[in-house]
This record gives sequence, structure tokens and C-alpha cells, in this order.
Amino acid sequence: MSSTAIEIQSKRGVWGGGNEPLKASYGKLMMWFFLLSDIFTFTAFLITYGAIRVSYPAYSGEVADFVSSNQHWPIPEMIFDAIPFVHGGHFPLVFVGLMTFILIMSSVTMVLAVEAGHRNDKKDVVKWMLWTLLGGMTFLGCQAWEWTHFIHGTDEGVVMTYVNSFSNIVTETVHGANLLVNEYGPAPFAQLFFFITGFHGFHVTIGVVLLFLAFYQAAVGVYEDRGHYEMVEKIGLYWHFVDLVWVFVFTFFYLI
Amino acid sequence: MEHVNKNRLEVIPRDPAKIKKIWLTALILLVITAVEFVLAFTMERGLLLYFLFIALTIVKAKYIMMEFMHLGDEVKPLFYSIIVPLIFLVWLIIALMKEGAEIFVMRW
Repeated sequence: MSSTAIEIQSKRGVWGGGNEPLKASYGKLMMWFFLLSDIFTFTAFLITYGAIRVSYPAYSGEVADFVSSNQHWPIPEMIFDAIPFVHGGHFPLVFVGLMTFILIMSSVTMVLAVEAGHRNDKKDVVKWMLWTLLGGMTFLGCQAWEWTHFIHGTDEGVVMTYVNSFSNIVTETVHGANLLVNEYGPAPFAQLFFFITGFHGFHVTIGVVLLFLAFYQAAVGVYEDRGHYEMVEKIGLYWHFVDLVWVFVFTFFYLI
Repeated sequence: MEHVNKNRLEVIPRDPAKIKKIWLTALILLVITAVEFVLAFTMERGLLLYFLFIALTIVKAKYIMMEFMHLGDEVKPLFYSIIVPLIFLVWLIIALMKEGAEIFVMRW
């Protein structure tokens, strides 16, 4: 009985319409190719980080004796060592480890939402979307704290000689970071920090907006009426990508 | 006629095996991150450590793309049209690392 249908299709030809190229819907396909272009953007950033980093001398002493200077590239575990509510403590990479944990967990709840979407289970989709949304917002909050701490810096600060915005060479105590000078290392260190984690945070922000959209629409039954939960799947792809990028940012910015 | 079928999507019951696999993948990702964390404080900084970090990161990326994003379940042409263009990045890495090293020589 299906032979007639197949005959009509073959007469139409591959380019005659009614086909699904690559067996994926238009939206999913475009999301994949957008993500491919975004992979290029983020890899370009991270490789730029690597290139600028190797163009500066590495710190050569013992890790424990590390002192900040704009003459060598900082060791991340000695820079990112603060946690909220504890003033001036030394907890290397603890906070950023927590942020990684939060983002990976929100990726897990996202994939559970997508799985529930495949089963048309509205209740489960709404539940897991809400968890994912919560994870995303918590991550953004953590990043806001991380940035605030990075910008304000330590109480002591570090004495540095640098060229200020009036093109004068000055020697003074530097607190925290801006685009011109920072107490952690050479100026590009803070510039790249703001640039790369900022661009990632911008992606997370858009992701949170999309997650809210999917959560809301799933809750009021838009996808139920539509007959499928593909939007959850597409937003899921984007959200996993944000997690994927963070995995690389974590390695290149905080570990290496 | 369409509104008649509204809210009639049949809910398919959960498949425990599938959900178990998702949580297993999550566990693997978290364990790899924990291993990276431990390595950062126990191993001496150097090329070997960096190599390990990058290798573990690529393993994590593989799990996220294959298990979470289901890229492995897509048809082969789609799979390769995402994976193959990443070859261009290999050149970018080589070119910019060389560039950075040259700037280092010029500067210091």
C-alpha cells in the first residue's frame, strides 16, 4: 500500500521538495550549523589566549612562592582562590570547580527534559526545565560574583610599574583589574579574562532567556498543542553547547 | 478539526535504562572533572600535565556531544559535516602558537 507513495516521491526527485535533508528538521539542522560557527568563534578566542600567553614569559619558581607581576604570566590556581563569605582566604579553584559542577548538572537536567519531551511527558519536561533554569541562573550569579571579586582584587594589591591612560610610566599599588592594568599579571591576562568569560557569560544569559521561554511554553501547553517538543530539543542543543564551551574555558583558563 | 486533537498527546512511560545512561554519563563527566582537579594540585606543572588536561577535556567534549547532544544518533553526513570542519582549527592552533612564540622571541 505504501508502494504508490514511494513511487510519487521518486518521481518528484530529491530536490522536488517534501524531503528532510540529513533526516533532521530545519530548525535542528540550522541550530547545529550555528553551533559549528560558534565553535569556531570560541576556539579562535581560546587559541588567541594560548598565543598571547606563550608570547609572555612563564613563571618559573615554585608554585607556593608565586608573586604577581606584569613581567610573567600568572598561575591560575594562585589567582582564582577566593570563595564567597570568606574574606582573604586561599581556596584555589574551589569556586570555579563549583561553577563547573553547577553547569554540568544543569546540562544533565536539560538532557532529562529533552528525553521527557520525546515521551510527550509535559509534567517531566516542566520539572526538568525548571531545574535547568535554576542551574543556569545560579551559574550566572556565580559568574557575577567571580567578576566582582576579580575587578576589586585583594586588600593589599600589588605594586606595579605600567603605562597609564595618559601614556605616563607610573609605579603604584594596583588593586583588582581593569582593561589597562591588573594586579594579577600582564594587561592581556585581565583583558582575555573579561573577553572570553564575558562572551561565554553572554551566551549563558541568552541561554537562560531561551530556557525560560521553553519552560513557560511547555508549562502553558504550547508544545502539547503543537504536538511535539522539538523546541526543547533545539534549546537543549544550545544549552549543551554552552556547557561544552565552559569545559574548554575551565581547562584553558583555570587549569593550564 | 485540529483543535479536537488538542491535549491528546500520549505520554510514553519512562525507560529506566535510558535515564540510567544519562546519569551514568553525568557521573563520568563529574569524575573526569574531579580527576582534573586532583591532577592540578598533585602533578608538577609542565607539558605532560597540559597534555593530560587537554586529553581529558576532549574526552569530556566527546561525552557531551555524543550522549547529551545526540550527535552520534544523527545520520553520517550530518555527523561528518559538523566534525570534519574542525580540521581547520588544527591549522589555527599551529599557526597561532608559532606566532606567539615568535612574538616572545621579539619581545624578550
